[in-house]
Order: sequence, then C-alpha cells, then structure tokens
Amino acid sequence: MTIKERPILEIKNLSVTFTAGRKPVRAVDGVDLSVARGEVVALLGESGSGKSVTLRTILRLHNERRTKMEGSLLVRGSDVLKMKTRELGDLRGRTVSMIFQEPMLAMDPVYSVGQQIIEVIRKHEPVSYEEARKRALHLFERVRIPSPERRLDAYPHEMSGGMRQRAMIALALACKPEILLADEPTTALDATVQVQILLLLRELQHELGLSVIFVTHDIGVAVEVADRIAVMYAGRIVEIGPVRSVIRTPRHPYTRGLLSTRGHGGRLSGKRLPAIPGSPPDLANLPPGCAFAPRCALADDRCRAQAPSPTTVDEGHVVRCLRTDATTQSLAAADVSA
Amino acid sequence: MTAPLLEVDTLVKHFPIASGLLGRSGGVVRAVDGISFKLAAGETLGIVGESGCGKSTTARLLMHLITPSSGTVRFEGKTVGTRELPYKEFLRQVQMVFQDSYASLNPRLTVEESIAFAPTVHGVSRSEAISRARSLLDRVGLEPQRFAGRYPHELSGGQRQRINIARALALQPRILILDEAVSALDKSVEAQVLNLLLDLKDEFGLTYIFISHDLEVVRFIASRVLVMYLGKVAEVGPTEDLYTASRHPYTTALLGSLLSMDPDKRTDKAPLAGDPPNPISPPPGCRFHTRCVFAEGVCKSVAPGLAGVSATHEAACHMVIPGSGHSKAEGRAA
Ligand SMILES: Nc1ncnc2c1ncn2[C@@H]1O[C@H](COP(=O)(O)OP(=O)(O)OP(=O)(O)O)[C@@H](O)[C@H]1O
Ligand SMILES: Nc1ncnc2c1ncn2[C@@H]1O[C@H](COP(=O)(O)OP(=O)(O)OP(=O)(O)O)[C@@H](O)[C@H]1O
Ligand code: SF4
Ligand SMILES: [Mg+2]
Ligand SMILES: [Mg+2]
Repeated sequence: MTIKERPILEIKNLSVTFTAGRKPVRAVDGVDLSVARGEVVALLGESGSGKSVTLRTILRLHNERRTKMEGSLLVRGSDVLKMKTRELGDLRGRTVSMIFQEPMLAMDPVYSVGQQIIEVIRKHEPVSYEEARKRALHLFERVRIPSPERRLDAYPHEMSGGMRQRAMIALALACKPEILLADEPTTALDATVQVQILLLLRELQHELGLSVIFVTHDIGVAVEVADRIAVMYAGRIVEIGPVRSVIRTPRHPYTRGLLSTRGHGGRLSGKRLPAIPGSPPDLANLPPGCAFAPRCALADDRCRAQAPSPTTVDEGHVVRCLRTDATTQSLAAADVSA
Repeated sequence: MTAPLLEVDTLVKHFPIASGLLGRSGGVVRAVDGISFKLAAGETLGIVGESGCGKSTTARLLMHLITPSSGTVRFEGKTVGTRELPYKEFLRQVQMVFQDSYASLNPRLTVEESIAFAPTVHGVSRSEAISRARSLLDRVGLEPQRFAGRYPHELSGGQRQRINIARALALQPRILILDEAVSALDKSVEAQVLNLLLDLKDEFGLTYIFISHDLEVVRFIASRVLVMYLGKVAEVGPTEDLYTASRHPYTTALLGSLLSMDPDKRTDKAPLAGDPPNPISPPPGCRFHTRCVFAEGVCKSVAPGLAGVSATHEAACHMVIPGSGHSKAEGRAA
C-alpha cells in the first residue's frame, strides 16, 4: 500500500464574492477541492457556474479591491490567499500556470511567440538567451508544431487556431510548472482539432506528472481527460468523484439531467430529448436551500429550506443533495423507465 | 416526383481579398465554391464541417444577405431573384436564426415589438401583428404576460434565443435556417430549445436547414446531413447512413472526432492531423488530399465530383467513383 501523499493543491471552503455591483455576487460559494500530484480533475459546469472564477482565484487574478476571498487555498502547503506580491510572482507561471480558451489573451500580439517563451524562462531562471531559445525550440518540438525553428519567430496572429493553442501550451510549460490550470482550452476549436489538443495535453500531463484542473462545460471532454470529475452549479461543487463513478452512477439530479441529454447516438433521433426545465439561477438572488431546487423534479420542502451538506455515496464520491435516496438507480435504467 | 422545395445549383461565393494600402491584391477567398443540393419539404438538412468551410456563407447566400458570384437557387421550381420569384417574395418564405442571440435583437425594442416588427413592415396591421407576437411567445414557451414587455437584456440566453425563433416565425416562413442557433446555449437549455424546434416544425409544417459544429446535436435533429469541406460538398445523405457508413474519408474523420463519453473507450488517436487548409489557395485535385490517408496520384490532380453511393447518398471521393483510377475504386465507369 502506498502512503497517501498530501495533495499538491487543497482548496478549503473557498468563497469568492464580487462587491462592485449593486448587489454582491457570490460566484464561488464554499468550494472544497483537493488535487493530488499527477492527478487530473475536470471542473464541469454551465456558463456562470463559477469555474473560471475558481481557477482565477488560485492565481489571485481578481481585482482585490472589489473581490472578497474567504477560506484557504493551499499550494504545496502554503496559502495563496495570504501570499505577498513576491511569492505570488514565483507562484504564477512557475509552480502554477494557466491556459485559456482564447490563446490571444495569454499572448502579447506585438512579440513573436518565441520571444515570449524566452522572456518567461529568463524571468524565472538565470539562463542565457541562447539557452532559453534552445529550450523554447525544444518546447515547440514537444507540442509538435511543424517547422518549429521557423515558427518561433511567428507572431500569434500568423498561426492557425490549433497551432496557437499548441504555442500557448508551450508557453505555459516553459518553466516546468507542477500545476496546470486549463480553462476550456479546446472549446473554441473544431472537433477535429480539439481531439489533437486533448491527446497532446494528456500525453504531456502523463510525461511531466502534472497536476491539472481542467475546466470544461463538455462532459465528453471531461471523460477524455479526467481522473475525477467535479460538477459545479451556482458556485458550489454539487457532485465529485472518480470519473467512472460519476459518469455511470451520477447521484445528483443535475448531473443526471446533464448526462441524459448526451450520448444517445442515433437512438433518440427526432424524438424529444430529456431536458432539465428552467435556467440557471441568478447568483445575486440565490434561493435559500439547494440552488438546483427550482429546476429539480425531486425537490421537496427540505430542499427549498436548507442548503444540502456533502454526503458520501461511494468511495471518493461525494454529493450535495438531500434526495440521494431517490437517485440510486443507474442512469440507463432510469432513462428507460422515464 | 414532386419538385424539391429548394434547389441550390452550383452556388459560388468568392470574396475579394483586400490587402493593406494598395487595396485589392487580386486574390479571392473561395468561401463557397460550387455547391449544389436539394431540400425536400418537411425535412431537416444538417450542414456540418470545420470552421471556415463555408456553412455561414451558404446560409447568407440563401438569405440574400450577400450576392452570389454565380449559381442559382430555385424555390418550388421558380428561380429566385428573377421575375418568376423576386427576392422580396422569396424572403418571406425563408427566415434565419443566428448564434448570437443578443446581437440579433434590437436592445431598444421590447420582446413583443421585436417579434411584431417584420410583419408590420410587410403590411400586417399592428393589432394583428401584436396578437400574433403574443401567441408566438406562448408557443416558444414564454408566458406573454410575463415576457411581452421585457427588453433583451432582461432575458437569459436561452430565452433570447426563443425570442429569435419566435421572431423568425412571425412571417410564417416555410424554411427556417438555423446557423449555430443553439451553440451558445448551455446543454440543459439547449435540450429545451431543440425540443421546441421539433414541436414547431410539426405545428407549422416547417423545413429546417440546421448548421452546427456539434455533430451529436446534428445527429439528433437532422434527417439528412451535408458535409462541407473548403467550400465544396464532400458528402450528403440520410443521417444514419452517414453516421454509420460514411464513404468520404473526411466525413469518417470528422465523425471520428466525436468523443465517446466512456472512460474505458477514450480516444487514443486523432482521426485527422493538422488544421483545415486555407480557402484562399485550396489544394488542387481533391481538396482533402493533403490530409487524407487514402490519397493517391489521381487525388492530387483531378477534383472528384459527387458520385452516387445509393439513391439518396452521394460522396465526392475518387474511391467511390468507378473508373476514377484510384486503386480502391471499382475498375470501370458504370
Ligand atoms: N469580475 C467580476 N465581477 C462581477 N461578477 C463576476 C466577475 N467575474 C465573474 N463574475 C460572475 O461570476 C459568475 C461566475 O463566472 P465564471 O466566469 O466563473 O463562470 P464560468 O463557470 O467560467 O462560466 P463560462 O462557462 O461562461 O466561462 C458569473 O455569474 C459571472 O457573471
Ligand atoms: N465578408 C467576407 N470577406 C472575406 N472573407 C470572408 C467573408 N465572410 C466569410 N469569409 C471567409 O469565407 C470562409 C468561409 O466562412 P464561413 O463564415 O462561411 O465559414 P463557416 O463554415 O460558417 O465557419 P464557422 O464554423 O467558423 O462559422 C472563411 O475563410 C471566411 O474567413
Ligand atoms: S478523393 Fe482521394 S484524397 Fe479525396 S477523400 Fe477520397 S481518397 Fe481522400
Ligand atoms: Mg469560464
Ligand atoms: Mg459560421
């Protein structure tokens, strides 16, 4: 038996509230999430559920005068929320780096991609220009950019979408980070290119032993990359567990609803899809109990009164729902009976 | 045989390239490069293909938002844009819903006014247009009492897209073109809108052209699918024929990029390498040959036309053209 190592990232009871508007917006509401060394966790959820805010908090990228952050956020044991500017500088890009849906946001349009990688390396490490350029070239080869030598001198806008994504991955890996935060890095890509980038990320994660939080709204993508899946709804993680457990026996009604709209192959052609009614709640006006209650077929008075606390339903599989007694049926069976 | 509702014949759109200070460089973007297809009344034709292959340009050509470089469109046998069928009359029969639900609504009009606008322009009385708008609101699942007076910014994305659909239906068109109309919606809301589209189609006897990059959604909603590659039709046929027995290697690769949803059947090899080439200088011969694992000599020099695989299924690949010279093709022309 292996001794359980301390997680490289431990998020405990994290809440993030934006205070600039008329009403404060609690975008992240009591999130607990740990990531082990070499583990990939997919953070799955709909638009506005708080996925990006959670990621950005790990790097403290918010405007801090208008953002209240509570709880703790430990990277290798030290709390990011308590870090001084200097420590943050070491954290960003070195221990933890991030990739985005839109690579143009991560890159500076007026410098060539090669220059940007070289600059990042030299900012964090005392190496010569030549040495840094050699490493940049090696990174370009690693992410399989064709004609890497020539492409180092290309500007971001001169690259195709898929190539830019590869370049951004190279940039993110330049200083050998231990934690990679990926915010929908394949969402804007064609399905054909998305597969290429997913495979590349999976391969690099494996080789480099990276710990990854992979944000996506696409269950298919989560299944491709993740060891564990965490489902977010209205700022809370409503279900988390090993990928097989969550996909095959989802226990939160929201996860069940999401899964039943997908993966039918041709079976449902032209028939009505099982759909979740209503739309996600307004974070400035959250209902008092379970945030999903207004859309949930199983909701009862308790659900509308009290926010559910975590219930363990299986090994490592935790759900915030008061009606897990009613969700024991496997999804396929429930689908047929519906 | 009855005439198809819509018949598109060798439609072409080349955009001139404006470059820098000197203006035109003489080159063109071959956005749509000779596509032909038929649309039968009551069907849903899905159009798929990678970004930039010309899906939206095709839709905008049909809506006459841009003028074609060449080619014709016939509606119920009448040539559109001639005395037989002037654009104005044709455009009453075809409406379009776009991806961006916000940009396509006027922010200063209430929902009800937005829906009633086009009919009043077309001579419907105001009271009739308003009552039609209210009944459409009801049909797209938004209570008229609650929603009629709201402005676009007071609605969610899914609600706005329902308004766009209601607005498109206000002129009682026969054909609805949906260009990535559900792509910006969350999955839980997308399913509601797809169900709504199914219901409205039955109720109003509509015919859909459904453009999407989501191959799973297309499989669900379309009865027939047309696959585009660099401005041309690669393959067209009944949905399940394509999804289970595609004949063009591009279709096979595109559908091969659908993710499995099974942690024990993860994708281990990308079905296609590289990005789609540029429509400014598409490869000679078969446009797909630069990425095709079956490409042979003939593919590099001769452009394959659409060939019948069955009565309803066609593919533009030398492997299905008898006598093409490809080693996997049947020996002689039929
Ligand atoms: N700086 C900010 N000020 C105020 N509200 C914000 C700010 N940033 C995000 N929000 C709000 O916080 C909520 C969560 O946003 P977040 O970007 O995390 O969503 P997400 O899950 O990443 O969604 P998407 O899939 O659309 O990217 C949203 O309601 C958003 O409007
Ligand atoms: N007005 C225009 N001027 C010049 N080029 C254009 C114009 N409109 C479109 N194009 C080009 O024509 C090609 C086809 O574009 P189109 O928008 O039809 O693609 P699409 O298949 O809809 O792609 P997507 O999936 O990204 O929406 C692209 O290369 C595009 O850049
Ligand atoms: S014609 Fe040739 S290159 Fe084109 S798809 Fe068929 S085999 Fe591939
Ligand atoms: Mg986000
Ligand atoms: Mg388009």
